[in-house]
Amino acid sequence: MDIFLQQIVNGLVQGSIYALVALGYTMVYGIMGLINFAHGEVVMIGTLTAITVAGSLLAAGMPPALAGLAALIVATLLCMALGWGLERIAYRPLRNAPRLTPLITAIGMSIILQNLAMILWGRNYQTFPPLFPKVNFELAGVHFTAVQVIIVLLSAATMLSLTLLVYRTKLGMAMRATAQNPAVAGLMGVNSNRVISAAFVIGSALAALAGIMVGAYYEIAHYQMGFMLGLKAFTAAVLGGIGNLLGAMAGGILLGLIEALGAGYIGDLTGGFLGSHYQDIFAFMVLIVVLMFRPSGLFGEKTGDRA
Amino acid sequence: MLEVTGLHVAYGGIQAVRSITFHVKQGETVALVGANGAGKTSTLKAISRIVPATGDVHFCGEKMLQIPPHDLIRKGIALVPEGRGVFPRLTVAENLAMGAFIRDDKAEIARDVERMYAYFPRLKERETQLAGTLSGGEQQMLALGRALMSRPKLLLLDEPSMGLAPIMVQKIFEVVRAVAAEGMTILLIEQNAKLALEVSQRAYVMESGEITLTGNSAELLHDPKVKAAYLGE
Repeated sequence: MDIFLQQIVNGLVQGSIYALVALGYTMVYGIMGLINFAHGEVVMIGTLTAITVAGSLLAAGMPPALAGLAALIVATLLCMALGWGLERIAYRPLRNAPRLTPLITAIGMSIILQNLAMILWGRNYQTFPPLFPKVNFELAGVHFTAVQVIIVLLSAATMLSLTLLVYRTKLGMAMRATAQNPAVAGLMGVNSNRVISAAFVIGSALAALAGIMVGAYYEIAHYQMGFMLGLKAFTAAVLGGIGNLLGAMAGGILLGLIEALGAGYIGDLTGGFLGSHYQDIFAFMVLIVVLMFRPSGLFGEKTGDRA
Repeated sequence: MLEVTGLHVAYGGIQAVRSITFHVKQGETVALVGANGAGKTSTLKAISRIVPATGDVHFCGEKMLQIPPHDLIRKGIALVPEGRGVFPRLTVAENLAMGAFIRDDKAEIARDVERMYAYFPRLKERETQLAGTLSGGEQQMLALGRALMSRPKLLLLDEPSMGLAPIMVQKIFEVVRAVAAEGMTILLIEQNAKLALEVSQRAYVMESGEITLTGNSAELLHDPKVKAAYLGE
């Protein structure tokens, strides 16, 4: 029972991070039908930027809370600019190209960003500076840290704000209208390029936040970390129903839980043959099962309901 | 108000509209009638910048084919598209709000929403429902209401009667007439030639991408050629 509850907590933390990243995939897909495979790299750049900023500010004697806040602001702004630039340079010229073209471009951008990060930050693992107090709590036999609590609360608040933005503001309404019928949204006066840019910028801000969380949680980062994280968040988005915001949030949390419980019990299930470091297989098993049996995902709309 | 000169639309090698010229004056209701495939919808899509076209479209003295499509409504042209084009997963109220996307005068927008609900009480009943769950007729009401929400100078209607029950067609055209009576300029495209000629003052008849006949709607309604070809008499 202890393992069960402990893994629920761990899964919730990991799942919150997946959810934030999955939202970036799903927003862009919902509006323009593109899987932005470079999104994982935006997360990675967010993490590494935060490490550099926070690390140098701490070294200069700034208190951890302020250094953390500065790192958050710089990384978020940088990622927003990166997301905007990606769309502007790589995807906008391909707006009327066949769907495969921007997809391949996305993979290309992902490779370019990885290599750029390798040049800037090197091939070695980077250590995330100690920004948060190392406090541990125990509740009903379950251990958790301050970082874990912050991750879950901050993601919940972010997801709530995003939901309000999308469902309560004019920009959000324009985004939903463009996703449903871009030509008619244009007739209403919506500039689709602006809406697409907004989706990239917002998604990238969430990616930066997720990147800092991953860094603070695992305390290490690497120029290739975005690849696996991106694939898993993409899986989460597919699980929830790609294009659907609620689906990305639920899919992220669910995938985190499945992975954590899988890792917790895989040893028992296979008689000790496979250990918890095989936890990655669960995410991809989920992806295969969803694609086979319910390609539209948990919350996905059936295709063909466009009037 | 609207002057179309030498408008030409081609899809690949197929010429849908062959250099047509027509105009709509302020306050007029003008109909573009013709059979399926005559090029009526292509003409409207060209004016609303959904499909590329050559030629000249002047609206209130301004060249329209050069402006970005999303600025069309800011110039005062609103389209009720073919097949209605409501946003299926937006509520009825949100669809109307999208119609007023370019406006910022909240109080006036709220008043216009009430005006649309007065035109179409059915929409008021369905206010919080997703537009995709409405019947075809209700969606057409919504598409018309949404277009009016921008307070356009020119209203383009693309086949508003298509696929609707006669009672719904009647309801929609009651409102079209009411709006026209209030001074709205309307360009109406219809396969139902009788209906179109009854509502409009002037009409153009299109055939294979060309305008073959034009004149007073009341006269066209009694023209033997029109009767034979489009009115089934």
